[in-house]
Amino acid sequence: MTQAKGPPASPGPQSWSQYNLPDAQGHFGQFGGRFVAETLMHALDELEAVYRERMADEAFQAQFKEELRSYVGRPTPLYHAERLSTELGGAQVYMKREDLNHTGAHKVNSALGQALLAKHMGKRRIIAETGAGQHGVASATVAARLGLECVVYMGEEDVRRQSPNVYRMKLLGATVVPVTSGSRTLKDAMNEAMRDWVTNVDHTHYIIGTVAGPHPYPMIVRDFQSVIGEETRAQCLDTLGRLPDTLVACVGGGSNALGLFYPFIRDESVRLVGVEAGGYGIASGQHAAPLSAGVPGVLHGNRTYLMEDEDGQIIATHSVSAGLDYPGVGPEHAFLKDAQRAEYVAVTDDDALAAFHHVTRKEGIIPALETSHAFAWILEHAPKLPKDHVIVVNLSGRGDKDIFTIAEREGISL
Amino acid sequence: MSRLETRFAARKAAGQKALVTYLVAGDPEPQATLPALRALAAGGADVIELGVPFSDPEAEGPDIQAGCERALRHAVKLRDVLAMAKAFRQEDQDTALVLMGYLNSVERMGYETFAEAAAEAGIDGLILVNLPPEEADALQRCLAPRDIDLIFLLAPTTTEARARAILERATGFVYYVSLKGTTGAGHIDAEDVAARLAPLRTMTDLPIAIGFGIRDGDTAQRMAPLGDGVVVGSAIVRRMGSLSLEEQPAALEAFARSLREALDASC
Repeated sequence: MTQAKGPPASPGPQSWSQYNLPDAQGHFGQFGGRFVAETLMHALDELEAVYRERMADEAFQAQFKEELRSYVGRPTPLYHAERLSTELGGAQVYMKREDLNHTGAHKVNSALGQALLAKHMGKRRIIAETGAGQHGVASATVAARLGLECVVYMGEEDVRRQSPNVYRMKLLGATVVPVTSGSRTLKDAMNEAMRDWVTNVDHTHYIIGTVAGPHPYPMIVRDFQSVIGEETRAQCLDTLGRLPDTLVACVGGGSNALGLFYPFIRDESVRLVGVEAGGYGIASGQHAAPLSAGVPGVLHGNRTYLMEDEDGQIIATHSVSAGLDYPGVGPEHAFLKDAQRAEYVAVTDDDALAAFHHVTRKEGIIPALETSHAFAWILEHAPKLPKDHVIVVNLSGRGDKDIFTIAEREGISL
Repeated sequence: MSRLETRFAARKAAGQKALVTYLVAGDPEPQATLPALRALAAGGADVIELGVPFSDPEAEGPDIQAGCERALRHAVKLRDVLAMAKAFRQEDQDTALVLMGYLNSVERMGYETFAEAAAEAGIDGLILVNLPPEEADALQRCLAPRDIDLIFLLAPTTTEARARAILERATGFVYYVSLKGTTGAGHIDAEDVAARLAPLRTMTDLPIAIGFGIRDGDTAQRMAPLGDGVVVGSAIVRRMGSLSLEEQPAALEAFARSLREALDASC
């Protein structure tokens, strides 16, 4: 090893059939961990203890399952996009319809699980950060459902970009706090949520929206989102009689991708593809693709790939999609990249928008701009794959929230 | 004896409390920092924490966030901060100098490179707000041979078992975070601090400095009897942000002196 750049590198490739991370300290190889102010350490210990207790508690599991069924609307369908598949002339494209969840995206799976944990911990107030507003809406929704006070932090820039979701959260009884520090986007909303949590830690649970943050968050959010991959696995075995060949999902923080990937990590035959936001292109520097073009560093409680400058300052990101506009990524994705179990690519704003229109017209499904990044990869790669190759894409959210952004970009006034 | 130990020990021997002050390096502009360091030392600061500006200071309240943003507008880098520290150290060998910031700045430079440069600049200690002891082994191994103390924080939420484990590896002094909140918060409670510090006292011989929420002579005086020193940060950063380059040194020196007098009056 040359100059020690902090901690040791990830261990070498392992036997994937034994995959069982994170370790007791919340590490995924060199990534993950718990890098927060001392004041929060106890709350994280408590959260981890309660979480482990509840995961082993059949009554809690039954309650979570029933809420997912009757309130969220699970299981979501696995839909064969036949027209799209035929047109592309290659792989068969299946869509895991997370857009059909209550609130219109996968975010509710984890928000619901965490809100139930908060209740069990006796916390009466929840806080959340949000970018596109989907996680904020999901948190506000489950807070209303469970009678919890809810405060959502949202960058001032995103409040402007996603005004329908802001109104939705207010209708649900949440307080939306516009964040005016830093770049006024998702990362700054997360900073502000951490500041709130450190101040109100006694009675507040912080519902982190993605598989990032200090341990145990990446593990908890992954586990709650794994219902996506578990259902997909069962549905594939049921209807196809076999596992899929390729899984594709967009990656911002990476919760929808990991929710789909995780139950397949041990199946090495299944190819895992995460699609990051390439913005104006990686070469432009104006993107939100830390796995494609970032370096390991520490932010928001974990060590992971980050977009930063040569002094370690976090740099401004760009994506047409507010939900992917984040300079970090979940630590387990960082590990899966380095261990070469998953591959990560970037798709530009323009290609994502083209895919948005393509899928909308071809399948009668309006995907979220975030999800459209995953479709862009499919439009390019499915034609080159054999006809019996099965791709499952996580249709992580619906695009109704994005129609204003798209209209504005295309010069249409609604 | 390290400079940190010497300063705390000298105050203790004199029946006094140590004054620890904080400012953001390069705030509001790079040329403000050296005069400000001199002024704080002249006003009676025993230890100066030099804040390393970071883009995402998640544990800071509005004052220090604003200070970081002002410094970053001038693209102040960790190397610049070390150069400022070195310039101050060349003219002042007595005041202890501690860098305070976030782990990513140090990670990016590399632990070894940083430790070497910090030692050369005459840095006595390092506080990284988001580096708990559990994750600190590799860095501490680089700092220890250069006699740079890695200073850990204890909080009102730290359990007794955890406090023991932290204090076992603590060096220099212990930073007690007086309240649940961010820097500069306004709800410090002397009774609560006293109750929580009592058991900590029995676990360590290291000096304990109390910080977060100490803003003036009055709060300093109330907190002083509970520990070995007090930390004042946001109140200084606020002055740096509102005063002109010409006004800053005299104002800072007067403020530090007022804190010094308040501490001395408390004993």
